[in-house]
Amino acid sequence: MVQQDGSQESFSMIENSSQRRHNASLFCTQNAANQAIENAILGQMPLTEEKVKLLETKAKEIRRSIIEMLIEAKSGHTAGPLDMADIFTYLYFHALKHDPKNPSWEYRDRFVLSSGHICPVLYATMAHAGYFPVEELKTLRKFGTRLQGHPHREWLPMLETSSGPLGSGISQTVGMAIADRIDNGRTSGKQFYCVTGDGELDEGNNWEGIMLAGKEKLQNLTVIVDRNNIQIDGFTEDIMPLNPLGDKWRAFNWHVVEIDGHNFRDIDRAFGEARAVFDRPSVIIANTIASKGVPAFERMFEWHGKPPGTEEEIKQAREALK
Amino acid sequence: MLNPHLKLNPKLLDPAVEQVPIRKGFGEGLLQAAETDKRVVGLCADLTESTHMLAFKQKFPERFIEIGVAEQNLATVASGMAAMGKIPFITSYAMFSPGRNWEQIRTTIAYNDRPVKIAGSHAGISVGPDGGTHQAIEDIALMRVIPRMVVISPCDAIQAKKATLAAAKTDDPTYIRLAREKTPVMTTEETPFEIGKAQIVFKSEKPDVGIIATGALLFKALKVAHKLSEEGKKVTVLNIHTIKPLDEEAIIKLAHESRAIVTIEEHQIIGGLGGAVAECLAAHFPVPIEFIGVKNEFGQSGKPDELLEHYGMGEKDIYAAVQRVVLRKK
Repeated sequence: MVQQDGSQESFSMIENSSQRRHNASLFCTQNAANQAIENAILGQMPLTEEKVKLLETKAKEIRRSIIEMLIEAKSGHTAGPLDMADIFTYLYFHALKHDPKNPSWEYRDRFVLSSGHICPVLYATMAHAGYFPVEELKTLRKFGTRLQGHPHREWLPMLETSSGPLGSGISQTVGMAIADRIDNGRTSGKQFYCVTGDGELDEGNNWEGIMLAGKEKLQNLTVIVDRNNIQIDGFTEDIMPLNPLGDKWRAFNWHVVEIDGHNFRDIDRAFGEARAVFDRPSVIIANTIASKGVPAFERMFEWHGKPPGTEEEIKQAREALK
Repeated sequence: MLNPHLKLNPKLLDPAVEQVPIRKGFGEGLLQAAETDKRVVGLCADLTESTHMLAFKQKFPERFIEIGVAEQNLATVASGMAAMGKIPFITSYAMFSPGRNWEQIRTTIAYNDRPVKIAGSHAGISVGPDGGTHQAIEDIALMRVIPRMVVISPCDAIQAKKATLAAAKTDDPTYIRLAREKTPVMTTEETPFEIGKAQIVFKSEKPDVGIIATGALLFKALKVAHKLSEEGKKVTVLNIHTIKPLDEEAIIKLAHESRAIVTIEEHQIIGGLGGAVAECLAAHFPVPIEFIGVKNEFGQSGKPDELLEHYGMGEKDIYAAVQRVVLRKK
C-alpha cells in the first residue's frame, strides 16, 4: 500500500545521522565540555536542498499511508493527520534525536502527542522511520492491534505517553522537562516537544501547563500548535475564538514563532529558533491547511473526524496523493 | 480484646489518648521517603503547609514544584515527571485532587501506568466548618473504580506515615486518603503495615458480628466493640487500611465466623468501603450487612463530631447497626 521508492537510501541516511548523534551524546556524558559540540551537531544539522526533497517525498508517502490506514480502519480522523504530515516528517526525519532501533535510549529527545486523535500520522511516521513494519499500519483500530484508536503506551511501548482526552499533553511534557532539569541542569542536550491541536487549546489544563512552563523558563520545551482552524463542530474562530493566539502565548512568557506548517524551510527556521532561545519555552504556531494534500477535503471541518468512506472519496484521496 | 500481635497503643481506650492529625503522618513519611530515595519529588497546589509538604519543601527545595491553584496541572505534570523516572507525590485537598482532576488521573497516571502518589488531605465530613464544598466524601469511589489504582485509607498518623513510605516503594499509582482533624493514635511504630493486608484490631472467638472499618472512624468502632464486649457480646473489628486491593480473604473469613457484618467509613456508602465489602461478600459469602457512612447526601458546616452524629456515623449509630445486623442473622 505504500510506495517504497527511495526508502532504502533515506533509511541509511537516517541511521548514519542517528548513530552520529548517539555517539556524540555518549561522548558528551563522559566530558561535559563536549556538550557544546554535541549541541552544535544536533541543533545545526543543515537542511540541504537534497534533504528538503527527501522530506517532501517522505511526507507524501506518509500521507498515502494515512489514507490507506483510514480506508482500512473505516473510522478515525483525516484532517489533522494529513495537515501535520509535514511537521511529523520533519520531526522524525530531521529534528528529533532518537533511535528507532533503541526506542528507550535514555538520551533521546521526548516527543509527546497531546492531540491523540491524529495518531494515524504518528503511527505512519514512526513506521516509515523504522519503529515497526509499515505493513502493521493496516491494523489501525482493529481488535488486538498495537495501533489503538488513540495512542496507548502499554500497547506500543515506544510511545512516550498515552493520549486522547485533550489538553493534557503540554503539562506532561512540562513535567518531563522539569524532571530532566532536576537531574541534568539546564544543558542536558535533550529537547522536549509536544504537538497539540488548536481546538484543543479550549481546554483549561493547557493554560495551567503553559503558565507553569513560563514560570519555570523551560528553554528546551517546544510546543507545536497545529493551527488548522477547524474543530469538530466548525471553524475554531466560530466555536471558541483563539485569536490573537500568538499574543496569548506571549502573555504567558513564551517565545512565539508563526509559520507555514507545510514549508520545510519555514519549519526548519522555527525549530532552530526554538532551540536557540534560552530564557523561555517556545511555541511554533504552525498554520496548516486541514486535510492538506487532498484538495477535495481541504479546509473542511467535516473531515476532522471521519475517514474517506465512499468510493468517490477514496478515489479522490488516492488520486490526489499519486 | 485488642489484638496483642499488632502492638497497638496501650492507651488506646484511655480518655486521654494522644490525638494527631492523620495528614501529619503523611508529611513525616514523605520526608523520610525523600531522604532515602532521590527519585521522590513533591508537587503541591498552593496548600503546602496544610497538606504537610512544607518540611519536604524546606529540606529538598530543588525537588519541590509549586504548581499553584491548578489541580489538573498537578496531576499531569506529575505524570510527566514520573515518565522521566521520578516518584512524584502530589498533594491538595481531596475535594480538588482527586476530586477535580479525575480524568487527568485516570488517563495520564493510571492508564499511562505512572507511579504517581496522590495524597488527598482534608478528606471526609470531619473537615467541618468549611462546609459541604470542601468535604470529600466521594473520593474513595472515584479512585477505587480506576484500574491499577491502589487506594489506602490509614486510620491514624503513624499508619499514614507507614503507608506513605510503603507507597514510595511501589510502581503503582496510589491514592492515600488523609484527614485534617486530630485523630486518636491507635497504632504504634511497632504495628505492622503491609499494603493490601487487613488487620484484626479487636478480636473475639466466634464473634456475633464483624465490624469492618476504614480511616479515623476505626476509633469509634473500637469504642463500640469495647462497650459491646463489656455487655457480653462478641465482636471482631477489622481495619481495612487498603481499600484496593481489598483483602478479600480476611473479609470472607470474618463473614464466615460472624455471619453478620457492619461497615464503617467517613464516605458515601455508594462506591466506598461498604460497596467494596458488599461486592466481595455478595460474590463469595453473602451475609447480612449494615452500612455506616454518608447516605447519598452532601455535608454542611459544623463541628466534626456533631456532623458525624448528624450524618449517622456516631458511636450510637454503630451500636444500633450492630443490633440490627444481629437480628437479621438467620
